[in-house]
Parts: sequence; C-alpha cells; structure tokens
Amino acid sequence: MTKEDIKQVVLDIIADIAPDEDLSAVKSEVRLRDQLSLDSMDFLDIVMELRKKHGIEVPEADYVQLASLDSCAEYLFPKFQAKGSK
Amino acid sequence: MSSKTRIVITGIGLTAPNGNSLQEFRGNLLAGKARIAEIDVRHMGRHPAGVCDFDATKWQKRKELRNGTRVGSISIYCAREALGDSGLVWESVDKSRVGVYLGITEHGNVETENEIHNISQFGFDTKYWTHHHNPRTVANNPAGEVTMNMGITGPHYTIGAACAAGNAGLIQAAQMLQLGEVDLAFAGGVSESIHTFGIFAGFKNQGALGAHVDPTKASRPFDKNRNGIVISEGGAIYVLERLEDAQKRGARIIAEIAGWCINSDATDAVLPNPERQAECVRLALKRAGMRPQDIHIVSTHATATALGDIQECTALREVFTDCPGTYINNTKSFIGHCMGAAGALELAGNLPSFDDGWVHPTINIDELDPECALPGLVINQAVQAPRLEAILNNSFGMLGINSALIVKKYGVA
Repeated sequence: MTKEDIKQVVLDIIADIAPDEDLSAVKSEVRLRDQLSLDSMDFLDIVMELRKKHGIEVPEADYVQLASLDSCAEYLFPKFQAKGSK
Repeated sequence: MSSKTRIVITGIGLTAPNGNSLQEFRGNLLAGKARIAEIDVRHMGRHPAGVCDFDATKWQKRKELRNGTRVGSISIYCAREALGDSGLVWESVDKSRVGVYLGITEHGNVETENEIHNISQFGFDTKYWTHHHNPRTVANNPAGEVTMNMGITGPHYTIGAACAAGNAGLIQAAQMLQLGEVDLAFAGGVSESIHTFGIFAGFKNQGALGAHVDPTKASRPFDKNRNGIVISEGGAIYVLERLEDAQKRGARIIAEIAGWCINSDATDAVLPNPERQAECVRLALKRAGMRPQDIHIVSTHATATALGDIQECTALREVFTDCPGTYINNTKSFIGHCMGAAGALELAGNLPSFDDGWVHPTINIDELDPECALPGLVINQAVQAPRLEAILNNSFGMLGINSALIVKKYGVA
C-alpha cells in the first residue's frame, strides 16, 4: 500500500464519519481540523475505524500523528507495511 | 409563581407510525387507518411494530444522525416541528429561559445492545466498544440532543416514568413553568424501543407480546381476542407557556392544561392496580376543579394485555358513573404502544376534537370483551359529539406508576 493509498484510506474513513463534509479539496499538508469540521470524537472514530477495518492500532500518545493526511501517511505507512508483510 | 398559574399548549410536533404531523395523524385516526408493519427483531425473527418514517434529515445533519441516537433524532424532529407550529420567532427567544422535559420509558437499551452485537463480531474484545456509547446512553440523551440542535441553554432532562412518561414530561414542564424556572418548555414523550430486542423478548416471555396474521390488527385493546402489546416508536413534543406569556405574544392557544396526578400502586411490578388508578383519576379531576361529567373524552392507556385492559376499565367504571357525555377511546389500536411517547401522542391525536367535534374510535374490536364494555366506548367508527371541551389522558406504567392529565379547550370555564 502506497502513501497515497493510505491517504485515501483515511479520506474514506472521514467520508463515513463526517458525511456532510466536502472532501474534494482537502489539502494533504494542512491540518484536517483546520479545513474540516472535525472534533476529538471524530478523531477517535478514525482511530476506531483503522482498528476495525485494517487492524491498525494507534496508541493515544500518537494521536497527534493523525493531524493531516500527510502526517497520517507518514505515520501509518510502516504500520500498513508491517501488516502487509505478515 | 402561584400554583394557579395557567399553562397552555401553543405548539405540537409529532411523529407516529401513521403520521408525521398532527394533521396527518388526526386524519388517519378519524379514518380508522392503523399502520403497523412486521420488522426483523434481532435474535427474534419478525414481529409487528410501529415504525415512524419522518424525514430525519429535515432538521439534522448526517453527522448528527450518525453520532446521535434514534430517539434523539425523533426528539429533534418533534421539537423543531412543535416550534414551527407555535409561531414563535426563535431568533428572539431567550434560549436560557427555555427548558426541555422529555418522558422516556427506558433509554440506552438500543445503544447497548448494538454495541454488544458490534463487539461480538470481534470476539467480545472491548477495545472495539464505541466511545460514543456514553453520550448516547446517558439518560438525558434525547433532551440533550434537542438542546444541542436548537441552541437551547436552559435546563434539559428526561423523566423516566415507564409508560406513563408522556404525561410525566408534560406535567414536569407545567410545574417548571409554574415555578418560574423557565418561560417556555418543549415537553412530551419519546421512544425508540422498537430497536431493542430486549423489550420484545421481555414482553414475549411475559406472555404480553401482541401478534396477528395481519399486523395492522395485532394491537387490539378491549377486543376479546387481544393477545398483547405491539411495540412502537414515536414522539410528541409540545410547546408549553404560561397563559399570560402566550397572550402577550398573540399565540394561537391550542388547549389549556387543567389538572394532573401521578401516583403509585405500591403493589406489583407489572400488574396494574385499578384502585390506585381510580384514585389517580379522581385526584386529577379534583385538582382541575372538575367532575367526571365534565370530561368528554377519556383517552385510555389500554395496551391490549389480557389483564391490564380490564383493570383500567374497572378503574374507569368506578369513576365515570352516570356520564352520558363522556366518550372513551384508545389510540394504541392504530399505532401500537409507543412506550415513552404513548401518552403524549395519544393526547395529541385527541386534541383536534375541540375544533372538529369528532371523537376518534378504538379500532380492531371484532368482538368486544364484555369486561371492557364501558359505556361511551367509541368502537371502530368515529363519532360526532355535541360537546367536546375536556380530555382525560391516562398513562400507566410498570412498577405501578399511574398518571392522569386533564386538558381542556381554552376559554372554557
């Protein structure tokens, strides 16, 4: 899975948890909270969906890594790679 | 504030299985149109139930719907519709002086069952349990969702009162208005109980779950062959104000709250006690300054259980002797038992009688149970009545809670 694929995974999750948001122009480098109406419960939803759908665990200390699509991709890439190699 | 402060109804919003506005609901009640469908109940197969089909996206964003509860959505729909009906200019209302008081039979069963089902897909590992669980299941949830949706900053809470809850919500609001705690109240009852298998299973194992090959005939209070309750969802929320406030703003006054009583059987968890029910009705009449003859419609609670219907008839027979101008009906025969919403919906469906002069019937009576043969029972066909100025609305519930609410036509002495 490429980093671009991972960004799409996160966008797909956001589309599900924030269905009123227009995701067509989300900027990868900008904090998601600065461009979308997302609160702390929504970020917990992202964590939960990563766990449920992809078996990816994000420890609480690392939640900050989910700030933007770019940081999500950087942080999650090795986790998805580890899942893929198993 | 004096306890004599007069409280009036100035708006109604509702969703029932057979109507998403008072006009539609009333039309179907007068026309004898029930609406009960068979639904899949988790772990239990198909059962008759009353399902509401209001447009949930009319007043809520999709994210609100995803994060909130079904009963929160029902509450928001009803409160918003009541506001529209009231003619209030919402922008100019002081939101800190508005209260939300919603009766509930139960809350949290649906959300808890859903989460248990959810984690069952993951080997019951609780790390998959949603963080939305607590805000969804706190007992104030439906009222709290209304405040968040409407920007209301006054008090909000629910009143847990089993199936007497619809009346209890209205009574609580009237009391808070009389105390001066708020200037405006959204009050009534709401229910999402069709989404919890536990309620169905509980009634079934109690021998009190209604069934019929034709689901629209499954709820048949007072019929000799009745066999139990049809569980339904729904809601009815009223705008209540002090009379002087309503007059000041030139509001359309739908009706006046005349009196009420809530008491307890203190005898059995599920079996009703007609003696206490009769006391409840008598005390409500006394507080309203009325005689039984002054009541023109008794909106019964009867749920179509074998014993419960007879017990209520026993209580009514004792109170309403020599009352030729009193008509008796039942709404559950059309929409099933809307649980926490039942009392509020059943009152709402009768209120238009003050203007249209009709009493809606009790339907699905093919063979009247002789023990339920009350004089004045309106069977299968609506009747026109010469005088309709006061309604007694009965709602009773488990653990022996009884409620009687009297509402009268505004302007009648």
